[in-house]
Amino acid sequence: MTDLTVVKGKRTPAQRVLGFFGKGFVNFALIVVALLWVIPSLGLLLTSFRTVGDSTTSGWWTVFSRPAQLTLQNYVDLLSNSAITSSLLNSILIVVPATLLVVLVGALAGYAFAWMSFPGRDWLLVAVIVLLAVPLQVALIPVARLFGWLGIFGSIPGVILFHVAFGLPFAIFLLRNFFTQIPREVMEAARVDGASEWRIFTRVILPLGAPAIASLAIFQFLWTWNDLLIGLIFTNAESQPITVAIQSQLRQFGSNIDVLSTGAFVSMVIPLIVFFAFQRYFVQALLAGSNK
Amino acid sequence: MTATVETTAAVPREGGDASPSRSRRRESLVALAFLAPALVLLGALVVYPMVYTGVRSFYNASGEKFIGWDNYVTMFTSASTFTAIRNNIIWVIVAPISCTLIGLVFAVLLDKIRWSTAFKLIIFMPMAISMLAAGVIFRGMFQEDPQIGVVNAAVVAAKSAFTNQSAYPGAKPRNEAGLVAEQGIIATESAVAPGSTADFPLVGIRTDALGDDPTQAAPASGPADDEVTGTVWLDFVRGGGGVNGQIDEGEMGLPGVRVDAVGEDGKVAASAQTQADGTYVISGLEPGASYRVALPAANFAEGATGVPWLSATFITAVVILSYIWIWAGFAMVMIASGLSAMDRSLQEAARVDGATEWKVFTRITAPLLAPVLVVVFVTLIINVLKIFDLVYVIPPGNAKPAANVIAVEMWTVSFGGGNDQGLGSALAILLLLLVLPFMIINVRRFREERSR
Repeated sequence: MTDLTVVKGKRTPAQRVLGFFGKGFVNFALIVVALLWVIPSLGLLLTSFRTVGDSTTSGWWTVFSRPAQLTLQNYVDLLSNSAITSSLLNSILIVVPATLLVVLVGALAGYAFAWMSFPGRDWLLVAVIVLLAVPLQVALIPVARLFGWLGIFGSIPGVILFHVAFGLPFAIFLLRNFFTQIPREVMEAARVDGASEWRIFTRVILPLGAPAIASLAIFQFLWTWNDLLIGLIFTNAESQPITVAIQSQLRQFGSNIDVLSTGAFVSMVIPLIVFFAFQRYFVQALLAGSNK
Repeated sequence: MTATVETTAAVPREGGDASPSRSRRRESLVALAFLAPALVLLGALVVYPMVYTGVRSFYNASGEKFIGWDNYVTMFTSASTFTAIRNNIIWVIVAPISCTLIGLVFAVLLDKIRWSTAFKLIIFMPMAISMLAAGVIFRGMFQEDPQIGVVNAAVVAAKSAFTNQSAYPGAKPRNEAGLVAEQGIIATESAVAPGSTADFPLVGIRTDALGDDPTQAAPASGPADDEVTGTVWLDFVRGGGGVNGQIDEGEMGLPGVRVDAVGEDGKVAASAQTQADGTYVISGLEPGASYRVALPAANFAEGATGVPWLSATFITAVVILSYIWIWAGFAMVMIASGLSAMDRSLQEAARVDGATEWKVFTRITAPLLAPVLVVVFVTLIINVLKIFDLVYVIPPGNAKPAANVIAVEMWTVSFGGGNDQGLGSALAILLLLLVLPFMIINVRRFREERSR
């Protein structure tokens, strides 16, 4: 008690007043910032509930004075638009295998880097770190040729392979860092028991590495779902994901605003659900990926 | 503890009679099996393509003829690729610094509020959505029409709070009424002597500008010797009819218009305001002199208009802004976690010694935070160099050339109709070269952390 009063007594009245207003000011400033950050998404959401006619003559903020203009029609139209619904399905068909494959292949390699000794291990690891920053542009032209030769250009398996390859350096790096933190005793115990490496991988590494694997999966899921460039090049009208389907409407921005805003919002829903449900893992992936 | 570990480590893995070298070879083979899928994928789809692109960049568009450095020369001499490179430089200078600074400010201020988790989620949320969706959002927000684009709606609202919008924007004189319009000013063609009249039949005014209770225009009463009189009215009868240049039944006066008499020296000698019926009387003029009667531009100035954000002038700024909207959250989260992992005892000690908050921040917190700031900054630079989606989505067709960046140009040249994969390869290699220094930084950092 006495300690507290002493500490409080150190602050002059002027400091206390300043502190109070300082806090009030910080709160106020951050509320303004938060509003600024929310307005863009809010605008898109409200636009998606307005007709093209309304959207091309007045702003979404008129919704607050005339709520009657809100309508579900755009969503009804969008979900009966087969090009959009099939592209949504394509997105899922691309993202789920791409995520699973990156996790599996990345975990295998990550385990080898973390717990096995083999010649050239450190150099290979440095190579992985170098590949981490390679811009995917350097692979577009040759891989397009390669896929054409293999007959998978424009198909879903091709897109998946490309996503997996460019997701791997991050996956290996992240998982290796996590796997090395598994206590040595646990690994030794498993090896003494005579378990095969495969058995150790499935029974020890994967369960213990679950948090890191979850982080990686979320990250890879969002990255693949939100991709535009790879889909733009490696898919055609039948195999295109939702992002590519939406961008094809961009040419007439104003008159297509119903499809654009609604489609963009639909494409945001799944990543947002994933994000809000698993945001802790997502943040962990970012931290682990760049801090280590 | 250590002893047990060492003894267990010495225990042969399986088959106690295997020689050490054989078991080592076995372990290498097992490791290879675990690495194989990754090595095959990385080799075929990342490493081999890198080499191929490097070679391809020295061949012509069709890939049949070796042309040496020609593609690289083209890259720096063709207008569109040069704009792309210049814009990339602007991006790399502006975007990572802005994101890191904003993230730093947010992360430091987070400590002082109770709702920090909510704030973090709000700022970080754009990271989860696609750049395509973000692009659609920003293109909508920055539409030029203030009726549609929220940014210009705010700009116009702010502007009109400070400038008086004129009563009759866009008004024009009736043709062949002896009037001229120059730079917004409407004036008599010839000079007028005091004691005569000058009428101003105007058109091009929205009828709602007249107000709720318009008054029938009336001819001005006869002027005295030192006066000029006349009428300013809307020379237009709703529903048609009437004679141009004459005051007809149903034509309304324009009240509140300022009328100047301009002397031969170009100075305003006297002025007046029109009445409800549109009449005005300018008095106190020199009889015998001659004046031009003018309605100053302020009467007809257009109201505040929106800024053409999506035009060539502003487009790169707008696209960078959308990038900051997305990535400031990344910087904030990274820096905030660096702050929370920090031992605060140094700061407390400095505060007890009477250091100001600013000093504590610049002398202690910021230096301790430097490694995290470098990580954030380098990650952002690598990311910004290959920026594609936002630049592909936000600019409308006419602003695309001005907003160009290397990744978009690379796509356009090799896949989007340019049909020159030689030049495209050279652009891809340029991106790789630009990223190279930051790769080296990453490898160094990794090595340092391992040797610790």
